[in-house]
Amino acid sequence: MGIEPGRIQFSWISSAESTKFVQVVNEVTKTIKALGPNKNFVKRPVAETVSKVA
Amino acid sequence: MLEYIDKIKEISTRLLTEKKVDIIIGFRKGTLPMSNEPCFAKNAEDIKSFVWDSNCGINLANYLPNRKEKIGIIAKGCDSRNIVTHIIENKIKRDQLVIIGVPCKGMIDRKKISDMFEKEITEVTEKQGKITVKGNGVEKTIEKSKVLQENCAICIHRNPVIYDELAAEKVEEQKNVDRYEDVRKVEAMTPEDKWKYFDNLLENCIRCYACRNACPLCYCPTCFVDEAKPQWVGKSQDPTDTRTFHFLRAFHCAGRCTDCGACVRACPMGINVRAFTKKLEKDCFELFNWEAGLSMDERPPLDTFKPTDPDEFIK
Ligand code: SF4
Ligand code: SF4
Repeated sequence: MGIEPGRIQFSWISSAESTKFVQVVNEVTKTIKALGPNKNFVKRPVAETVSKVA
Repeated sequence: MLEYIDKIKEISTRLLTEKKVDIIIGFRKGTLPMSNEPCFAKNAEDIKSFVWDSNCGINLANYLPNRKEKIGIIAKGCDSRNIVTHIIENKIKRDQLVIIGVPCKGMIDRKKISDMFEKEITEVTEKQGKITVKGNGVEKTIEKSKVLQENCAICIHRNPVIYDELAAEKVEEQKNVDRYEDVRKVEAMTPEDKWKYFDNLLENCIRCYACRNACPLCYCPTCFVDEAKPQWVGKSQDPTDTRTFHFLRAFHCAGRCTDCGACVRACPMGINVRAFTKKLEKDCFELFNWEAGLSMDERPPLDTFKPTDPDEFIK
């Protein structure tokens, strides 16, 4: 639907797998940071919409 | 298809006079051409207004959920699949229903036809695969196969999957149809292009919810878009809200949508609402070998777990 690959990730981690949890969170953070802020599915601030209409 | 009507009326009258059912849900002529409307017949007199032609695209299964009486219902291939879906979702009981199956040869797309004419269309008739359109001094005959609803053109389940009576001989199913050409095109796009594609698609949406209201699957007592506490999604025409409505609705229909086309038919703005559900329909077919509404004995992929379920997306 137009969301970049990598922005959504799925993982199975048992409550006993703390190291895997840390590893996965770090990886996810890294990929998402590389992708930059999400532009889609974000409501435009009112000011921006108004300036567009005007 | 026109010749089915005598048999439909005969069966319907018999069911009502023998008190096998309390009502029969069928079609009668609408006020405008090409827009037959649902008709709830309670006696033999009502049956007289029943019609059957290529304008019966509304999905009658939409009128079944939670009804208590005994119902006779006219069902095309897609309607019958939505009836099966209702039964396995406990929205109606099989023994409440007498299903009058109608083998279907496709419904015509009224938007395609009205787009061909500048003036108002006053009369549309059909005969042996040809549609004759009249209006304000013009008259034109078109091949029906050229003006089929898109979903009917690629339909491979024209015969009802369950029925108690049949209104006609079964029709031959279409073979060698490429059902997912449009989905593959979208799949091949880059994320930016996909985003633009759906933006353009929804540009004209006025959030009237006609698509949702025509869909037999959308029977929730309160739809998530109508909920106010909590309010899941904004009610304005902000593109983000409109998009959220359409994508969430599509996901609610995943593994349940029969591609009946009722949503597209209902949209006053000519939006191809099926573009949202069809990808999920394709995924269900390819990943779970599942087509909605074909069997009463199998649970839909989204409410069962099998160890063999595909899970490559989970790391
Ligand atoms: S019927 Fe059409 S205009 Fe109305 S909400 Fe659905 S897509 Fe939007
Ligand atoms: S989403 Fe559209 S095509 Fe699918 S079952 Fe509902 S009305 Fe039919």
